[in-house]
Amino acid sequence: MTDVVMPQMGESIVEGTLTKWLKKPGERVERDEPLFEISTDKVDTEIPSPAAGTLSEVLVEEGKTVGINTVVARIEDGGNGAGARPKAAQPAVQPAPQTPPPPPRQAAPIQETPTQETIQPTPAPHQVEDTAPAVGPLSPLVRKMARENNIDLSRVTGTGSGGRITKQDIEAYLAQREAQPAAPPQPVQQPPAAPRAPRVEPVPPAPLPPAGQAKTRIEPMSTMRIKIAEHMVLSKRTSAHVTTVHKVDMTKVAKVRERNKASVQAQYGFSLTYLPFITRAAVVALRQFPIVNASIDGNNIIYHNEINIGIAVALENGLIVPVIRNADEKNVLGLQRSIVDLAGRARSRQLKPEEVQGGTFSITNFGSFGSMVGTPIINQPQVAILGVGTVDKTPVVIDDAIAIRSICHLSLTFDHRLIDGALADQFMTKAKQVLEDWSEDVL
Amino acid sequence: MRSCQVRELGRIDYGKALELQQQLAAERKQGLIGDQLLLLEHPHVVTLGRNGHMEHLLAGPEMLNRAGISFFPTDRGGDITYHGPGQLVGYPILDLREWKRDVVGYVRAIEQVLIDTLADFGITAGRIPKLTGVWVEERKIAAIGVHISRWVTSHGFALNVTTDLSYFQYIVPCGLTKPVTSMAQLGCAADPSEVSQTLARHFGRIFDCDMLLETPALAAPGK
Repeated sequence: MTDVVMPQMGESIVEGTLTKWLKKPGERVERDEPLFEISTDKVDTEIPSPAAGTLSEVLVEEGKTVGINTVVARIEDGGNGAGARPKAAQPAVQPAPQTPPPPPRQAAPIQETPTQETIQPTPAPHQVEDTAPAVGPLSPLVRKMARENNIDLSRVTGTGSGGRITKQDIEAYLAQREAQPAAPPQPVQQPPAAPRAPRVEPVPPAPLPPAGQAKTRIEPMSTMRIKIAEHMVLSKRTSAHVTTVHKVDMTKVAKVRERNKASVQAQYGFSLTYLPFITRAAVVALRQFPIVNASIDGNNIIYHNEINIGIAVALENGLIVPVIRNADEKNVLGLQRSIVDLAGRARSRQLKPEEVQGGTFSITNFGSFGSMVGTPIINQPQVAILGVGTVDKTPVVIDDAIAIRSICHLSLTFDHRLIDGALADQFMTKAKQVLEDWSEDVL
Repeated sequence: MRSCQVRELGRIDYGKALELQQQLAAERKQGLIGDQLLLLEHPHVVTLGRNGHMEHLLAGPEMLNRAGISFFPTDRGGDITYHGPGQLVGYPILDLREWKRDVVGYVRAIEQVLIDTLADFGITAGRIPKLTGVWVEERKIAAIGVHISRWVTSHGFALNVTTDLSYFQYIVPCGLTKPVTSMAQLGCAADPSEVSQTLARHFGRIFDCDMLLETPALAAPGK
């Protein structure tokens, strides 16, 4: 059995992200044959297998960052790879649910660094349990995490090579700290006046107690969640968000919809909603005000000749914005068909990459979840997004008489770097006018 | 002192250059040849790194087609990028075992070559922590994406000399929404072939090797 470890790809490198397994558990691998790929700082590196045999166990899944010398896989030596079945077809990857556990603990650095003649300046290998402040070289990530979370690094047990503190150690420490609110992060100066439980030991080396009554639970975000989070903050940081809300009388559209609903359902098999009418109105307004269909590049304005409308679709644990291409070439029926198709495939995760790209304007229909008014975040690099509220029958005053009308609030969040309020409201007035004086046929 | 052969290939298709790189990298791994530095320009092309995100391609395939841009997924590090006329592209094929065995050190050294080259043309460029590449203030002037197999490097860097920057509108360069710039935009009148001379010199200094210049005719790919 040969352990495959995360190699050290340079003096300053203390961890690497395993991006791709080039072999599957159970597969035969030759010595020096590329086995997996790691990524560090825009460099993708193929790592050759240290031995010939059968890849019996994969311990680190793709996308995980682990410290150097962490065992990432095991290779069962011996010729006939066929007989050697993997122990578990499903690799024994660390499960995610509780807290990212630290890499398989290597009782101090018994392993000599492979291939490296780099002299490691790490002081003696026994400092693991020492609470001495000498914490060895730290990756920039670890330093940042420590700074941001106000961690005294001398209190963190390093499980990396030479007792180095890895990202996982910090996470484990944080989880631990959260789990025991009693232990203040301040120096342990307080005299034992507090007759609390005698928590004298520095910090238990085991990273995660099964915390019977933990007050929190830590779970890694899904990739989609991370991307959404990044995008939202990026957008807020990039654009000068302003939202304007217009009240639209949808009575006429409601009538058109009522009239055509049954036949659309019968002929095409989908229901007719308000959304394609609103999309159509937005398209007409975008044609009239192309700056709302633009992007910013430095000090340039990029006007998009195509009108490609992103429609936000809520997924179970996230959201995606598939794009109706050339939306200006579609009528209400065509738009409804695209919306049904894209939303359906978004939910079943069958969108092609190009179907979520190239949007020039977006629409989000939070009305379908009962929201009357919202202030959506712009989908970068676009400069505006239309939010659609509920359509409600509402008493309104028309010519000093009270009438019952179908009212919808449309909100436009626009990037004030490029679009001024007056123009945004002209845009909205145009869309409103299209909807209130609806004149297009549906069928 | 080690030596490094410089091959100036002029304007060459991305696919052809990729083939040449792969061939040279294979020969380098077997020790049949020494270190190489390919310097060239590509016709319009958008390439996606191994861990790149398709959603950073802002244009659909048909839109790229219409704009005369080809598209290549590749095995280099980094995200999406654009190459085109006026951009000096460098593909060093080096065996890092004969240098420092340090992949991040390698990237930093490439950045230094570019920074020193730009300085010779009166442009003060630098690094932004965690954002590999070379920057002039907040604008990216050169991108880096590297592939390493058995310590032999391929892919490399792209320096905007007189690049038509409007082509970057089709992508989110390297997944970052920071703007790009070029030497021309910063008021420098040099063309890529002038810059490549200076660059080769700095490359030799930083990587501590003799740069052997070949004429383009001799360096033309074998087939």
